[in-house]
Amino acid sequence: MIDREQVHKVAHLARLDLTPAEETQFTEQLNGILGYFEQLSELNTDDVQPTTRAIDVSNVTRPDRLEPCGDRELILESAPDRDVNAQGDFFKVPKIMNAD
Amino acid sequence: MASIRELHQQLTTKERSAVEIAQAALDRIQLLEPKIRSFLHITADRALAQAQQVDAQIAAGQEISLLAGIPIGVKDNMCTKGIPTTCGSRILQNFVPPYESTVTEKLAATGAVMVGKTNLDEFAMGSSTENSAYQVTANPWDLERVPGGSSGGSAAAVAAAECTVALGSDTGGSIRQPAALCGVVGMKPTYGLVSRYGLVAYASSLDQIGPFGRSVEDAAILLEAIAGYDPKDSTSLKVDIPNYASLLKPDLKKSQGKFRVGVIKETFGEGLDGVVADAVLKAVEQFKALGAEVQEISCPQFRYGLPTYYIIAPSEASANLARYDGVKFGYRSESPDNLMTMYTQTRAQGFGAEVKRRIMIGTYTLSAGYYDAYYLKAQKVRTLIKQDFEQAFAQVDVLVCPTSPTTAFKAGEKTDDPLSMYLSDLMTIPVNLAGLPGLSLPCGFDAQGLPIGLQIIGNVLREDLVLQAAYAYEQATDWHKQAPKL
Repeated sequence: MIDREQVHKVAHLARLDLTPAEETQFTEQLNGILGYFEQLSELNTDDVQPTTRAIDVSNVTRPDRLEPCGDRELILESAPDRDVNAQGDFFKVPKIMNAD
Repeated sequence: MASIRELHQQLTTKERSAVEIAQAALDRIQLLEPKIRSFLHITADRALAQAQQVDAQIAAGQEISLLAGIPIGVKDNMCTKGIPTTCGSRILQNFVPPYESTVTEKLAATGAVMVGKTNLDEFAMGSSTENSAYQVTANPWDLERVPGGSSGGSAAAVAAAECTVALGSDTGGSIRQPAALCGVVGMKPTYGLVSRYGLVAYASSLDQIGPFGRSVEDAAILLEAIAGYDPKDSTSLKVDIPNYASLLKPDLKKSQGKFRVGVIKETFGEGLDGVVADAVLKAVEQFKALGAEVQEISCPQFRYGLPTYYIIAPSEASANLARYDGVKFGYRSESPDNLMTMYTQTRAQGFGAEVKRRIMIGTYTLSAGYYDAYYLKAQKVRTLIKQDFEQAFAQVDVLVCPTSPTTAFKAGEKTDDPLSMYLSDLMTIPVNLAGLPGLSLPCGFDAQGLPIGLQIIGNVLREDLVLQAAYAYEQATDWHKQAPKL
């Protein structure tokens, strides 16, 4: 079962900033849901192969040819923030490294 | 409540123009939206422009396709270039796709007229459309009840005749369950039959696009238009697409032997409403009357579908939704201090409760130390569920069972209890796990006048048999002729 500390840890892995109220609620709800999953242990699956996809398709390949990929301007326009400078046109994000 | 064929007839005999048909749909949307709230965006300009093109083709004496000039709704998780695609989420509030999904591109090429983008549970996660960040859609049969979900907007729009047909997506029942609750036909095709290029990904090993219509024939016509191989979707199947509508016959004759219908024994148990069970059993009698050979079929692993799904789907979702990080598109939190807080705040503010819940479940079940116990275990049970179906289809042509264990429930009734909401999809989920085609069509009403859905399931790529059974049943009954009073 999952405790509040684990919920906090999982939220960090999932890059979710949960409020204390959400942490409390999710701890309770996730326990209910994980408890529901327990019934799968009734089934012996030692010799069963996992199914990773519903309908198997063997490796799909295509010739490696250069093709235009989307509309660059439209894609950049969708970004929350962008930066145009002498080196080109970029997606812009807040600073990654702290000065200290 | 005209069908595709009736509208096509009106167009080709010049009784009505495509612009008149489009305008009538837009007027009805205008009239009903305050009550139903099926649409997140109404695309009047695009609709009228598409209709004008169809009229020009007709005026020039060109042949038009069956779908030309037909008003259609599209679930708002399919990308439409230049038209917002929100997926029912705040995190995509301002997202205007720079490209078009394959399905909408195919529809536009046939001349179909898109009237708007329909409401859904955020990222298609839900069974009532109440998880939309924008609005709650009403069930046209009782405005206090939910339309089902996650494609609730598409189901309600078709039931209310705001459009003739609509597209939905189905990961665990998101087309069939709302179709059942809204009294329309909804179909999830075989995994890989319809391209998912441009469909916002939820659980990639399960997601599939499919049609809604007020009749089996309308759904079959729409399915044919969207099905087919697409090099842009690597899970797309290279198969020939039959002319589904031409295969529909009012009887269940087969070239050899009798049409065999199996009734899934395990679906008639705890949690199933008596009125739903009665209606489905009456439908089974109808199949016998149509000449089908009916037998009971056991799928012992059927009930493990739900816990299996709620491990696999959130696991895949937690990976798929990692892309919403506030960098390249969609919402970004206001002035974050650094990159990490930009991620955590953007996602905290952009996602709703159910989406966060599933990301949390999926991140947990995939995390080190739990992977074997949850995700791998679920994938193995998935194999067992598939084997149940394989054995069943060695004996019968189609399987039938209820689509949803209950009729439409009241808005707010299940929102505080995620597990009770998940149970709505008990009977549709195993079909996705096995990648099979499944269809829901009306088979009766409860005492409150709410529609009941019958689910028909076929073997891999046997959409033809599913549609044949559905059409024969529909032609022998008149449930589909009933319409909600609005």
